[in-house]
Amino acid sequence: MRERLCEYLIEQTDDPTLVFITGDLGFRLLEPLRDALGARFINAGVAEQNMIGVAAGLSAKGLNTWVYSIAPFVYARPFEQIRNDIAFHGLPVKLVGNGGGYGYGVHGPSHHALEDYGVLLTLPTFSAYIPVFDEDIFTVARLATETTTPVYLRLGRDERPANYAPPEYEPWRHLIEGGGPVLAVVGPLATTYLSDIAKISYTRRPNLWAVSALPLEKSPPPMTFLDQVELAGTVIAIEEHVQRGGFGADLLRHFTESGVAVKTFRHLYARSHDYGRYGSQNHLRRLSGLDPASVIGLTRDC
Amino acid sequence: MPRLSPDGLVSARRRLLQMHYESGVGHLGGALSCLDAMMLLFHEHLRPTDDFILSKGHAVSALYVTLWSLGEISDDDLRTFCHDGTLLGAHPPANAIDRIRFATGSLGHGFSIAAGTALGCQILEQDSRIYCMTSDGEWQEGSTWEALIFACHRQLDNLTVLIDENGLQAFGSTSEVASMAPLAARISGFDADVREIDGHDPDALRDALNRPQKRLRIIILRTIKGARVAALENRLESHYLPLTTEQYVVALDEVGRP
Repeated sequence: MRERLCEYLIEQTDDPTLVFITGDLGFRLLEPLRDALGARFINAGVAEQNMIGVAAGLSAKGLNTWVYSIAPFVYARPFEQIRNDIAFHGLPVKLVGNGGGYGYGVHGPSHHALEDYGVLLTLPTFSAYIPVFDEDIFTVARLATETTTPVYLRLGRDERPANYAPPEYEPWRHLIEGGGPVLAVVGPLATTYLSDIAKISYTRRPNLWAVSALPLEKSPPPMTFLDQVELAGTVIAIEEHVQRGGFGADLLRHFTESGVAVKTFRHLYARSHDYGRYGSQNHLRRLSGLDPASVIGLTRDC
Repeated sequence: MPRLSPDGLVSARRRLLQMHYESGVGHLGGALSCLDAMMLLFHEHLRPTDDFILSKGHAVSALYVTLWSLGEISDDDLRTFCHDGTLLGAHPPANAIDRIRFATGSLGHGFSIAAGTALGCQILEQDSRIYCMTSDGEWQEGSTWEALIFACHRQLDNLTVLIDENGLQAFGSTSEVASMAPLAARISGFDADVREIDGHDPDALRDALNRPQKRLRIIILRTIKGARVAALENRLESHYLPLTTEQYVVALDEVGRP
């Protein structure tokens, strides 16, 4: 996804207000953008608090300001700068976090982003995009550019099966239709279920929805989703994010406030930063019950 | 620009004392230590295209009074200082007053914001100069040093950082709590023009501000916390406590009459 973002931004370099700040990351990725932007490409070094304060100053001058780093370095270290310097002033800075969830796998918990959008969405002016497919990037980046308030982009890895043609970007997309329970999955994690769910017979096959924009008060679920939830009675919210402050809690709040009748609500989430032993993203997903086998097993039990 | 008159400065000091006395709030000592420099900067140096960022947000009353002295904040507004429903809180408000762009208050933020603003002006080829006022205790924040590294590396020759070195912080003197003395020598190791002056001497500040600037400029203002008010001068209490009625009456005499 980050390669697509780089391509998008290179296409935008005609915009004289575009500035891009990296926290010293982007080796073998951002070099073309650096060359295209010249002085408007800023390596802020290993100094994330200053990076965000500088971004606030640039944005306040009217510059179209993008900030990039590994996800936890974007939101965790400089959170007070995000809150005070960006959010308090409603500055439309675009924060890009690469490797959302367990994306940096074996690099360990310091590099995992499990509470990123939950934390940032406690700030009232923030929106978050969690693109599902590589093709979403251009649309999401354009939407972020047009947004007049701060935005967080959580980038991950599109793991769709070969020959799968993704639908055009929407905040909520119905990826697979079936007669079973409803799955609402945040971001590219949804792509990991496509193959296995497609093999299930229609009557038992879950309805797979992918969610790409939060919070839900800005991107509420469509009526077709809510109708399916009421018909199926069972909904499973799935996200590579901790339980508290995440999509699951937001969805349940939405159901309650909207009077949507749900018989069974399950929430699958990233269980922990601390497993004692390290592993890949897929290994850590399995430990949290987010892998396809665990999810499909749960849908059979519902 | 016309020179700041001594009477103008005295009026500002008296109005600052009145504000704090009527509102019953503290942070007067740190406001008095930087008021002289702020007044001179705004009256004699800042152009409409320039920006000022108060990183030591707890001294915002000095900024309110300075803007009052320029007719940009009304006397009625000043009377609301720190009362319920006011725009003029104990730290700078966000998006409420034209000349106050950033809601600082947590220390260690303003220098980075100022650096970004200065860099933005360079990118946009705007003839703007950016000024940032920090405290001395604020240099214990790692983010301030991050900003210094950045501003030096980016050759921000349109940025001036004023350090109000009054020697006192919230719970002790800077030398007792976490000494950086001599601060000028520490900072001089970076690629910046560093000058140390008497922060209460207008001519010294004029000279420092009017010198040609070719790189980041840092002016360390040696100041007195609670300057010119005996009950406050160099006293830790001046960071927190408002003046009593008796102290206020005496203080008005001490700062003089225009």
